[in-house]
Amino acid sequence: MLHRYPKRVSIIMLVLTALVALFPLWGPALFGARSDFVLEQLTLMLILALFAMSLDLLVGVVGLVSLGHALFFGLGAYTLALASPDFSPASLWWMLPLVMLVSAVVALVVGFLVIRTKGIFFIMTTLAFGQMLYYLVSTSPYTGGTDGVFIMFRPSVAVGDTLLLDMDNPLTFFYFCLGTLIVGYVFLRWLTRSYYGQVLDGIHDNEHRMEALGYATASYKLIAFVIAGVMAAIAGMLAAMQYGFANPAQLGWHTSGEVLMMVILGGMGTIFGPILGAFAFEILLHTYEHLTTHWPILMGITIILAVLILPKGIAGLIIAPPGRDALMKSPLLRWFNRRGQAGSAAVKSSKPAAKSSKPAAQSKEG
Amino acid sequence: MDLAFFGVQLLNGLQYGLLLFLIASGLTLIFGIMGIINLAHGAMYMIGAYLVWDLTMRLGNFWLAIVIAIPIAIVLGLIIERLFLDTLYKRDHLYQVLLTFGLILVLNEAQRIIWGGDVHSVPVPAPFDGSIQLTDNLQYSVYRLFVMGVCLALAGVIYWVIRHTRLGIIIRAGAVNRDMVEGLGINVRTLFTLIFSVGVALTAFAGMIAAPLTSIAPGMGDSILITCFVVVVIGGIGSIKGAFWGAILIGMAETFGSVLIPSLASMVIYLIMAAVLLVKPRGLFA
Amino acid sequence: MSTAPLLETHGLTRRFGGLIAVNDVDFDVKPGEIHAILGPNGAGKSTLINLLSGEIPPSSGQILYRGKPIQGKKARQIARMGIGRSHQKTNIFPRLNCLQNCQLAARIHMGGVFGSWRSRQQARAVSERALQALETCQLVQRAYTPASDMSYGEQRQLQIAMVLATAPSLMLLDEPMAGMGREETAQVTELLKGLADQYPLVLIEHDMDSVFRLAHRITVMVDGCVLETGPTDQIRRSEKVRDVYLGRHHEEAQA
Repeated sequence: MLHRYPKRVSIIMLVLTALVALFPLWGPALFGARSDFVLEQLTLMLILALFAMSLDLLVGVVGLVSLGHALFFGLGAYTLALASPDFSPASLWWMLPLVMLVSAVVALVVGFLVIRTKGIFFIMTTLAFGQMLYYLVSTSPYTGGTDGVFIMFRPSVAVGDTLLLDMDNPLTFFYFCLGTLIVGYVFLRWLTRSYYGQVLDGIHDNEHRMEALGYATASYKLIAFVIAGVMAAIAGMLAAMQYGFANPAQLGWHTSGEVLMMVILGGMGTIFGPILGAFAFEILLHTYEHLTTHWPILMGITIILAVLILPKGIAGLIIAPPGRDALMKSPLLRWFNRRGQAGSAAVKSSKPAAKSSKPAAQSKEG
Repeated sequence: MDLAFFGVQLLNGLQYGLLLFLIASGLTLIFGIMGIINLAHGAMYMIGAYLVWDLTMRLGNFWLAIVIAIPIAIVLGLIIERLFLDTLYKRDHLYQVLLTFGLILVLNEAQRIIWGGDVHSVPVPAPFDGSIQLTDNLQYSVYRLFVMGVCLALAGVIYWVIRHTRLGIIIRAGAVNRDMVEGLGINVRTLFTLIFSVGVALTAFAGMIAAPLTSIAPGMGDSILITCFVVVVIGGIGSIKGAFWGAILIGMAETFGSVLIPSLASMVIYLIMAAVLLVKPRGLFA
Repeated sequence: MSTAPLLETHGLTRRFGGLIAVNDVDFDVKPGEIHAILGPNGAGKSTLINLLSGEIPPSSGQILYRGKPIQGKKARQIARMGIGRSHQKTNIFPRLNCLQNCQLAARIHMGGVFGSWRSRQQARAVSERALQALETCQLVQRAYTPASDMSYGEQRQLQIAMVLATAPSLMLLDEPMAGMGREETAQVTELLKGLADQYPLVLIEHDMDSVFRLAHRITVMVDGCVLETGPTDQIRRSEKVRDVYLGRHHEEAQA
């Protein structure tokens, strides 16, 4: 049933969470001197997972394909960067509410405009609004242009003079991000299973019928847009803390495309899938960067293949491991059969052969 | 701002708008008929420009370069359509977005591998490399006028095809209701391939004739793609007429915006889009 | 039956470009009655229902619900006022189960977006109304089946259950038995008959037997206009109707 998954999903997620949480125990043994670097990358993956999860609420749950979600990610980063004092750390106690407030207001305004559009229009308008902010920050003198803004101090978490969490400690920050991700996950799982979530499912399935029943679907969609925007902004704030700067690239449309890819790679509409997707995407990225300076070409091919082979993503494989039949019906196999006569598989070279051993989910979309 | 300066900007805006129309019309045709959103459209514009630069350097003749580059662009369009897109017609826009996003990465990087990351330019070709005196104090580049003429001529051809041919009837029907296209008893496969190739050829051609006017740089396709999205959203998806007026509007807005209010220039077109969405969420001509 | 009509229209007209789909129609439904609309394809029956439910606005004319004009209101506002409708095409939420489909329908009166987070008591009321609707439509045993897995006939029944779950004061059903087998049709006919005193009903239906068994009054439409309207017996005997509509059907049946 919708939003209920087999037990193995919880088991897999719990094991993975434990593995990540215990990294300080096994990391140094495995990575040696590079362990610190790996911890930083792991922190970033946790942040991106939160980002991807927020987009899943729109794309997977409501069925709104946004190609401008990086707008909110960057907004969170810039809010932190611009609101931070120059010579002392800001306090997270007011920084977090500020980021949430700013992103909620922007999401409300942008959402009000884009929610009026449907399908392909929605894709184009979200993309355009994302670019609008991109050009604004990369040309405005207040935001440091294309260089971005540096953040000298990470916000502190303190009560009075006692420091509760030392965010400058990589390990503390790592656990803080892990905690945020878990809170975000629990929240979204609760949301999708609530009555409100059921209305979103209804809108995804048949918006027209929801209107005829008496639902003001636009308001429901707008609220989802705001929630997703605020969550993405929190992720963006964390990312800026991690990098130490806010940069226009963080809200460019390539970032939007990549996070969308994480959602699909992980399995949209499942909330837990995009977490896996974010990790998978980042690990692939690092591998490719290691292999060649022309890694974008490998990433591009991977994206194309994922769309062709794994439309339901990694989560699809976990929820319903495909049997022999599904394998035979896999879109890639069909694709090859059709290409068989044309004999034009040259572009793909050896890649598909390696991938096709991976089972494929059915191409029927949810 | 004196009158001559205003006149030059007006012509620049018109010329830029007409160029945008060529690209946007390809985009809107492909969506209107095939229901495909093609993010790699901008990359084809870039490839058009690079092809012409490369061939001009090799052959020493811009016009010859264009003649050779056009068939190359069409073949590239054919390959993409046959290889990838026909698996996506029945699928959600989401997958089209992602697949064509993947294509962008591949095409952009292929461009870097083949032509490197440098910025290039193509000299304005003879016999249009001069400028003419339009009025006493208004001089204007002949090549820009030539580009305008070519774009207008192509716009005329597109208009004629849509008004007066069977293909045009199909295109108009498709823009209103895509299911109808299949009911008209045509070979949809062939039609799709044709439309996609024409759409891609239009944008690549725009890149070719724009080559002497712009700097040819990696990623030049991305920004033009997004500008064209704005054009299509303003004009109304699938509407060629909308693409035309939307392109002229945006061309003017961007040109005058960068002269009059440089600080907000990059925002102007998005503000216009927001205004249109407020009033007519489906676009001005839908 | 001289009670005031629940819903009435005066001079209701809808044009699509040059085509007049609904032309100057006066129509009314009284409490406790089933009012069927008959007519050949393209007569404007579905357009009329779409006008009544607010899915399209009229070009001119008036729609009064409990004596107050409602033309120009949005579909969702009209639905909340108690006019529930079903569609000609099966129109359900395929990924949700049968009960959830009805719960979504039952929940519209909880008010606003934030109504989604109301009290337990209200939640129970909603679930009860949803279950009741399923019971009425004999779908209880399918409560936890995803709608996409149900048979076509069951999906059609679920559509009626969803309208019921909204606790309507008036139902507009657009060909509820379209595509159903003989047995299912009979079953739904009985169901609707039982509902009539509680829920007045506007019914578009092609199945003649069902219409004549169910309807208290019938309006016959041709080319967007009302040809004749009156009690079922009157329509059954009407020469005009027989010529234009029933006659055509008989010829078809004999051919």
